[in-house]
Amino acid sequence: MMEPNTQGNQSEIRYLTPIAVDTKRKKYCRFKKSGIKFIDYKDPDFLLKFINEQGKILPRRITGTSTKYQRKVAQAVKRARHLALLPFVGDLLK
Amino acid sequence: MQIIFLLFKKINLPLHSRFTRVIYYSSFNNRKMLRQYETVFIMTPVLSEEQMRETVEKYQNFLRSKNAEIIFEDNWGLRKLAYPIQKKSSGFYHLIEFKADPILIGEWETAFKRDERILRFLTVALDKHSLAYNEKKRNKAKQEKKIEE
Repeated sequence: MMEPNTQGNQSEIRYLTPIAVDTKRKKYCRFKKSGIKFIDYKDPDFLLKFINEQGKILPRRITGTSTKYQRKVAQAVKRARHLALLPFVGDLLK
Repeated sequence: MQIIFLLFKKINLPLHSRFTRVIYYSSFNNRKMLRQYETVFIMTPVLSEEQMRETVEKYQNFLRSKNAEIIFEDNWGLRKLAYPIQKKSSGFYHLIEFKADPILIGEWETAFKRDERILRFLTVALDKHSLAYNEKKRNKAKQEKKIEE
């Protein structure tokens, strides 16, 4: 009596997207890849990629930026904050 | 030709000694060193168009009087600030790129500090990468203008 019922339940489990099994994509430094040497502090729209919704600078482990360029990103974000192009604290920035 | 070569050799050889190294550095210091800088400043939104132009002119004249070379200027116009400064929520942004003696910068910044029409300012010394970037940006803007025309 129970068997057909459980079978029916199992078939109902469906995934909208296939389960990611071991599809780790390697992070890379976008500055190294595209050959950007200077990060402009006057371009807040670009810097928005490196801060979270609260306006905090995202860590390297998330963005994948190399140490060298992470320093430059941080510098640029801080300059932009000084010039009120980016907020020091924000809510729902994105 | 030979004399020139000999002279060259004479100068070149003693460079390894300590004595000539001192000479080398002192000549380096005596040379007028110029660096390229970029200043962005924010003026209060209370100013009228004319007052704003006056303020900008004041700083242009400052640079001219000190024999600094203005390379590029850009007026961004009235912009919203990301956070209020002196209870103002917007300001006129202006950018000046110039070549000047580093000694000048102290005086340049105190002028901004004393000016109550200036909300904020930032002076940055440009390195070779930022110079290349600015040059590229300017060329792009020029080309776009040409296309528009």
